[in-house]
Amino acid sequence: MSSTNTNTDWDLIVKPQGAFFRLNLKELWAYRDLIILMVKRDLTALYKQTILGPVWMFLQPLFTTLLYTFLSKQAQFKTDSLPPLLFYLIGQTYWLYFAECFTKTSNTFIANASVFGKVYFPRLVMPVSVIVSNLIRLGIQMLMMLCVYGYYLATTNDLHPQYGLLALQPFLIVLLGLFALGLGVLFSAVTTKYRDFSFLLGFGLQLFMFVSGIVFPASTFSEKTRFVLMMNPVMSVTEAIKFGLTGQGYFSPLHLGVAVVVVILVLFFSIMVFNRTERTFMDTV
Amino acid sequence: MSRKVIEITQLGKQYRLGQVGTSTLSDDFKRWLYRVRGKEDPFLKVGETNDRTKKGNSEYVWALRDINFSVNQGEVVGIIGKNGAGKSTLLKILSRTTTPTTGEYKIKGRVASLLEVGTGFHPDLSGRENVFLNGAIMGMSKAEIRRQFDAIVDFSGVERYIDTPVKRYSSGMYVRLAFAVAAHLEPEILIVDEVLAVGDQEFQDKCLGKMKSVSGEGRTVLFVSHNMAAVKSLCKRTIVMRNGQVHFDGGVTEGIAKYLEALNPSLNNGTIEPHHRTINAGNVFIRHLKLENEEFSNGNSIYFNNPVHISMDIAFEKDLNDVLLDARISSNDGIELFHSMTLYGSDLLQVKKGMLKARVILENRLQPGKYFISLGVHLSDGATQDYLENVLEINVLNVTNTSEKGLIYDFKLGYARMNANWQITN
Repeated sequence: MSSTNTNTDWDLIVKPQGAFFRLNLKELWAYRDLIILMVKRDLTALYKQTILGPVWMFLQPLFTTLLYTFLSKQAQFKTDSLPPLLFYLIGQTYWLYFAECFTKTSNTFIANASVFGKVYFPRLVMPVSVIVSNLIRLGIQMLMMLCVYGYYLATTNDLHPQYGLLALQPFLIVLLGLFALGLGVLFSAVTTKYRDFSFLLGFGLQLFMFVSGIVFPASTFSEKTRFVLMMNPVMSVTEAIKFGLTGQGYFSPLHLGVAVVVVILVLFFSIMVFNRTERTFMDTV
Repeated sequence: MSRKVIEITQLGKQYRLGQVGTSTLSDDFKRWLYRVRGKEDPFLKVGETNDRTKKGNSEYVWALRDINFSVNQGEVVGIIGKNGAGKSTLLKILSRTTTPTTGEYKIKGRVASLLEVGTGFHPDLSGRENVFLNGAIMGMSKAEIRRQFDAIVDFSGVERYIDTPVKRYSSGMYVRLAFAVAAHLEPEILIVDEVLAVGDQEFQDKCLGKMKSVSGEGRTVLFVSHNMAAVKSLCKRTIVMRNGQVHFDGGVTEGIAKYLEALNPSLNNGTIEPHHRTINAGNVFIRHLKLENEEFSNGNSIYFNNPVHISMDIAFEKDLNDVLLDARISSNDGIELFHSMTLYGSDLLQVKKGMLKARVILENRLQPGKYFISLGVHLSDGATQDYLENVLEINVLNVTNTSEKGLIYDFKLGYARMNANWQITN
């Protein structure tokens, strides 16, 4: 009564052990509508039942910037030779993007356990949609940053935009996002079983900010320390962005190259771990 | 000539008891050591079948073990079994939310799993937005949803609220909308887990009708339910799960019987203990009781309309010459519904000291549901000798074993049916 199927006839074969590395971009592409809807959901649901709504997007980097500006005046922090307000605002804008991408993707499995437990779709849809919605947020926050930037550009002679590097900025932003994605996905995978990592993430990220050129620019460190610190993609990328915008900061093609390599390695490794985790995380979460 | 669309071979799923997750750090390490040396996972050899009522010796338990079956295109398979039999684990694995520990399965065609309605609904978004979101989660493209949108809203019957956030919905409306989305998926294989238990009667009928029509279109359906009437009316084949294994695979009527048999194996066939006796005068003791319906040799379920057979052994400690036996049926909310005694059919019984065997066949005019039977031995002056209140519990099913139609009575009006003579003319 039933014909025999050969293996090639099946659309899906599931075995206990999956492939070592599987980045099924085709499948992810097939679910692009879901990614778009998730982004929409993130953006619309986030500010429901708030009075200020999207204004919060501006307040967060603004207040942090004001605090650091105040501190830098009091404690004589160096800000290259940029106006502190601009220096911190640029730093905060990109840092917030990185940090939000990182923290939001780092609880992919735990936050979505109820959905993941009921339906299959490519799990990467969730972190990818987080990156995209934060990209939109970054765009909006950049508006504020650019206003301040425009003001200083018009009223002072301190800023010397590097147009070649400015053209690279979209690439740099994507690089930063991918780095956050890689780290976030890695953390999301390990926290499903061992929650210790979510504690580590909480304060680790705060500490990380201080060695990423957001508060203390690369130029404040000794040459040796700087060489090591610049291995951190967040620092080399934000320094490059800052250099592109203002002509000040520490830009080195070598370190940018290192950043690309690091990001690729982190992504590769974390997707490998993610693949292993997504198969059985419902049993461990 | 139908072709296989699902093939499952030697499928197993192991869990670790007591703790979160499938293993501990030290076991993880041991596993890793074995894997590095290229050996099989050492913990796959341990573990026992999954009977939640018995205390086991192993920390590891097989929620599923050695599952083998295949499903052909267009088949509607009911998967039934007690709680914890492994039904949901099986569906979880088939819908790819977790992976098996051993074995493999193959699937042909697009699968939609409905383990829950309204997965991914966001309370702050409107009904419309949620339809799109939920549809996309289930694997539909935006264009598909847009095409089906009107049909979905129509099916759900919440048109008026479609632009209101779903957190303002009544729970019924929420479920209606959610199921409506699911019902308009067009997968080749549909996996459904007990979602019909929600919504009002009208909506449940609608859902059942939809599932029937889905199967009519040549799609394959795997259907987990505890609603035997639904299983009987939808499925041609049942798989009965028991302790993580396939206990029976075959026709519906037989499958349901196997399932019901397993439901309550300890009941209604046994020796009467002192605590069963409500009243006893010290002369007469009902010693042993048996519910004799042959379909359910060790269960308490009775098909709709089938009479209830009870046999009992009664010990008389002395001669009595004005004895009568009685039986009562009460509803599970305590109302006495029927009463029968030997005096209705014959005179008072004259009994010598010793054992007496009695057998009673009670006409079953009960509506589906749970009922209790009390049995008693009395003297003609009303002195009760032995009385076992609510000693038997019976479960009248909403299906018969004779009708092909299956669904007889899925709602409850009163406790019993009356005999009536309907005459219909043009």
